[in-house]
Amino acid sequence: MLSCRSAAAPRGVAAARAAAAAAGAAPSRRTLATANPQANLAADPAARPARHYGDLKDQDRIFTNLYGKHDFRLAGAKARGDWYKTKEILLKGDKWIIDEMKTSGLRGRGGAGFPSGLKWSFMNKPGGPKPGQPRYLVVNADEGEPGTCKDREILRHDPHKLVEGCLVAGRAMNATAAYIYVRGEFYNETASLQTAINEAYAAGLIGKNACGSGYDFDIYVHRGAGAYICGEETALIESIEGKQGKPRLKPPFPADIGLFGCPTTVANVETVAVAPTILRRGGSWFAGLGRERNTGTKLFCISGHVNRPCTVEEEMSIPLRDLIEKHCGGIRGGWDNLQGIIPGGSSVPVLPKSLCEEVLMDFDSLRDAQSGLGTAAVIVMDKSTDMVRAISRLSAFYRHESCGQCTPCREGSAWLANMMTRAEAGAFRSTDEIDMMQEISKQIEGHTICALGDAAAWPVQGLIRHFRPELEARIREYAAQGHQMPTIKDYGEALP
Amino acid sequence: MATSRAAASSAIFVHRDTPTNNAAVPFAFDAENMKRAEAIIAKYPAQYKRAATIPLLDLGQRQNGYCSLAVMNYVAQLLEVPAMRVYEVATFYTMFNRNPVGTFFLQLCTTTPCELCGSTEIRETIEKHLGIRVGETTPDKRFTLVEVECAGACVNAPVLAVNDDYYEDLTPESTIRILDSLKQGQRPKAGPQSGRRAAEPLDGFTTLESKPYGPGEFVRADL
Repeated sequence: MLSCRSAAAPRGVAAARAAAAAAGAAPSRRTLATANPQANLAADPAARPARHYGDLKDQDRIFTNLYGKHDFRLAGAKARGDWYKTKEILLKGDKWIIDEMKTSGLRGRGGAGFPSGLKWSFMNKPGGPKPGQPRYLVVNADEGEPGTCKDREILRHDPHKLVEGCLVAGRAMNATAAYIYVRGEFYNETASLQTAINEAYAAGLIGKNACGSGYDFDIYVHRGAGAYICGEETALIESIEGKQGKPRLKPPFPADIGLFGCPTTVANVETVAVAPTILRRGGSWFAGLGRERNTGTKLFCISGHVNRPCTVEEEMSIPLRDLIEKHCGGIRGGWDNLQGIIPGGSSVPVLPKSLCEEVLMDFDSLRDAQSGLGTAAVIVMDKSTDMVRAISRLSAFYRHESCGQCTPCREGSAWLANMMTRAEAGAFRSTDEIDMMQEISKQIEGHTICALGDAAAWPVQGLIRHFRPELEARIREYAAQGHQMPTIKDYGEALP
Repeated sequence: MATSRAAASSAIFVHRDTPTNNAAVPFAFDAENMKRAEAIIAKYPAQYKRAATIPLLDLGQRQNGYCSLAVMNYVAQLLEVPAMRVYEVATFYTMFNRNPVGTFFLQLCTTTPCELCGSTEIRETIEKHLGIRVGETTPDKRFTLVEVECAGACVNAPVLAVNDDYYEDLTPESTIRILDSLKQGQRPKAGPQSGRRAAEPLDGFTTLESKPYGPGEFVRADL
């Protein structure tokens, strides 16, 4: 999802720092072993006893109907524990909910990894919106990041978790209504979601006096119409307002002026859908899973060259290799057949095999590996993959999806796509052009309103960082075949 | 040096009048769609009727078959906005077909995860089987093939959307089977064609095999 891209973008660095600080400041985090919970372990991650992550039991999974084995409707959802004591949660009040979310350490699942409790609390800051002024929760279900397909499973198989999540998240930020923005292609998934919403209205769970708590809350579904950029939060707001999905400048941030000019918080489907379970079981339960600052469970989508591609809910910080071996039956042709993995959806840089062996699937470990968790969409490529072509196709994707508002992205994404098309054949004048490509990517990164520019730059940067010898070999081979230095004519026709 | 081609988009943005697509062609929602339209408009604050642009264009496209100039003008009139505001939206979003498409609108995802799993082969299969290339419609106006960017079902790659239904886990053989049954007027079963139900591992679950926990289980004591 595009909102993720504020992740490690230059201005996202500040957000990430705030995230780390906030997570560290979270009160009374449960520790796993015998250590005294009062000890200030947050300051020193090494003090937390090392253990193996990724042995999640079914009883700790949140999305128990991920594969649609059971009924997604209200009766089925209630049998799986949804809508249990929702009224009591609502009656605990906004502060209790936000504190509990902060305790859980949940970080936004759209990719940026901003602490959810902190984000939700922005809606209640002093001097904020006056009572009576509408406030909105907007749920980002515009899932379009290549590799990512987790929200689709929630929408069609566990929609009541999302509906209930909207209610409790809405209560936490004192919102009057929620808009769920679903990408237009998910027609059947939207139908399941609308069914769930209608059932919830009929049962008095949402609407006037939701769950009998005295709190009024409406949920509306808005279908998009095919634009990846609408996954960026301000573009999404523009799109709901019936305009072209072109991101807005920040500030003002949506929490001050968002949808229809009212305070708004945009959150990912998964973030919202896990909230009721966290509140029912306690933030400390969630905080006990995964590493410090990377807590909880996560839906991982593993696609590409694995024996059994699948979406699976696992503990955060599971080693990448374990994830693939345990749930996907390993790489096609064995682990040694691995060439590279994109660990977090198309906008994060690719990792070569050597790094794949060690990284843990969480925000910090992947950031340290100069990549990112993003939406945890793992795209696996074995040795048969033409790596340059794979990244070139992503460049073409970003060229297609750039909204055209900022010049560096509109022009730069096209330049990158052009150069990558040439790089597939090795049709560079010399290896200097690789540096030129790197420079173009650096000129895009951080110079645009939203993070789509960064997302266009990072895959190319990752390719150059880890697969430069491959690029150089192609250039040498192309030259050795006796090709003349390419001319404008060659370049002009290089595009499909 | 490298240059961008003048037309870098997959669709033209200008409108060209045709006998069937011009401002003089009448269009209005039928009674059923009018009711739907009213329900859609009611979702948004009264002073922000414009927010209904995208859903109403979609509704108009479903009634008319494609998003013609008449549909756009009608939506603008209904929402009391200048027509240009609607044209802007209709050209920005890729799901609005501003020219007629076939009965079966085949949208093949060709982005990297699908490409890794063989979408190129699927495209060649469709092109060969229907005798059309990407962007073209069959002479009998039944099939239109387009390439789309990520369809959001990467675990089930390759993916082909036929109108609103996703056909997943495709192979050339299953693609031909789907196309043939569409030709015969049947509606083949949507979803993964490999035998799995959704996004689980193909041969056997690795998680969620036990009975899901029920209401009240593992719930904190102080709630």
